Amino acid sequence: MLIKQLSVFLEDRSGRLTELTRILAENDVNITALTVAETADYGMVRMVVGRPERAKKALEEAGFTVGLTEVVCAKMPDQPGSLHRILQILTEEQINVDYMYAFSNSNVALAVIRSADISRVAGVLQQHKLELLSGSDLYQV
Amino acid sequence: MIWNPQRECADRQQMQELQASALQAMIRRIYNHVPFYRNRLMALGIEPGDIRSVEQLKLLPFTTKTDLRNNYPFGLFTLPQSEVVRIHASSGTTGKPTVVGYSRADIELWAEVVARSLTMAGIHNGDTIQIAYGYGPFTGGLGLHYGAEKIGATVIPISTGNTKKQLQFMTDFRASVLACTPSYAAHLGESILKEGISPGDVRLRIGVFGAEPWTGEMRREIEKLLHIKAYDIYGLSEVIGPGVSMECECQCGNHVFEDHFIPEIIDPETLEVLPDGELGELVFTTVSKEAMPLLRYRTRDLTRLHRTKCDCGRTLVRMEKCLGRTDDMLIIRGVNVFPSQVESVLMEMAETTPHYQLIVRREHNLDTLEIRVEVDQQNWSDSIRELEGIRRRIDNNIRSLLGISATIRLVEPYSIARSEGKAQRIIDERHL
Repeated sequence: MLIKQLSVFLEDRSGRLTELTRILAENDVNITALTVAETADYGMVRMVVGRPERAKKALEEAGFTVGLTEVVCAKMPDQPGSLHRILQILTEEQINVDYMYAFSNSNVALAVIRSADISRVAGVLQQHKLELLSGSDLYQV
Repeated sequence: MIWNPQRECADRQQMQELQASALQAMIRRIYNHVPFYRNRLMALGIEPGDIRSVEQLKLLPFTTKTDLRNNYPFGLFTLPQSEVVRIHASSGTTGKPTVVGYSRADIELWAEVVARSLTMAGIHNGDTIQIAYGYGPFTGGLGLHYGAEKIGATVIPISTGNTKKQLQFMTDFRASVLACTPSYAAHLGESILKEGISPGDVRLRIGVFGAEPWTGEMRREIEKLLHIKAYDIYGLSEVIGPGVSMECECQCGNHVFEDHFIPEIIDPETLEVLPDGELGELVFTTVSKEAMPLLRYRTRDLTRLHRTKCDCGRTLVRMEKCLGRTDDMLIIRGVNVFPSQVESVLMEMAETTPHYQLIVRREHNLDTLEIRVEVDQQNWSDSIRELEGIRRRIDNNIRSLLGISATIRLVEPYSIARSEGKAQRIIDERHL
């Protein structure tokens, strides 16, 4: 129920993200979800990919600073109120969300959620009968 | 105007006799009271009575900043605590500051040499002097202060910072002299324009600037901005503070108060004494100080000495503007900064590597420091909150160690060029 998310620290230099995607492409790694958070000086790229370990190795060899973080990927109906329901549950359980990114497509919506106590998040959401994607749903063979 | 014509215009013979006699007393003093010096001299088989002239200085050992650090804090004092009336401290290469001590007579001596300096710039008891050097453990503020009081000027002890207040005091109190770092002077000049203060409200006529190197261009710019004549004052805490040498109206070098601070120029590699006119490292022997006299102290400043006639009438030897240093010390906003200090802060923190670079720029006439630090590939967080926390911690640690603030920029590993030999830690984009 826990997904390995890739994080990459990117200096604010032209072409870094382009270079990153080139390496993933060359290593036949597919990106399922991606977000870039920025500060004045650097960016933090977070991605859910099909081959997290391979991607990490390839990026590190190319000189990138890479980390793997555990997150959950919650699945919900693509309609108003779906996300609210999930967040309400987390608030009631006093779970703090560190960051999140979400996307919807063809009646299904997915939200990648990171929290410090990620195992507890997985447990709580499953208790409330919410569907979480697993590695086998996302990882390329 | 000359504060002390007897000393400042002494003929060569008089000066040499004076120096010889003071040197003898100084050697006796350090031999008797400072184990560090006694051991050094004994190892060379030298006894106080052996040294009778300034020419013999070349037989004597040098003193370095490392020696001061090894004898931290009071190992080089010749007097007991009860006779030391002042302690000053300035940045050392690593955590430990450089300590200097003063007896009552030393404080009086310091006031005397600063009085000579101010008088050399044409300042007198009718002037109101705004001292915008830092008051505190640095020698700038208090050094200028006692000298200014000695000549009877009206002293405004405003210290550094708070530009708005500086301008208010400058205009309301009708300051006629400004004493601060040259970069701050330029900054004040620009602020006057920006605030729309009319030139008539500013009564400045003279500036006394030092604590950092500055060029002829910088001088012309300051003189234009503030409508003043700007003079260079030189000094270093180890020797006494500001007032070791001062520029006269001829502006062809700084007159060294050699009756108290005997200068030499040496080749920094061979340690051989060089003749006048040759570039080398400036060395001082303080022959009059009581509490902490220094024998052949290596300043790490590079310059030349000249003894040709000066039209101001003074016979004191002149030193050129310092042309650089033999080590990698930087002076940023008047504060001494060693790259190794930055390194020591970074080494202590788990999340940073010792791969860093200092980039010094000048923006709007003020020095800025950017410290680029590589993120540790092994040991980092993907949380922006944590990374920002690391940045803040570096910032706080640097500020409390160096006394100046810097912009911290986290960069990717290996983005700072590695070098075969000495890492290029400093990029100085100021064109000094």
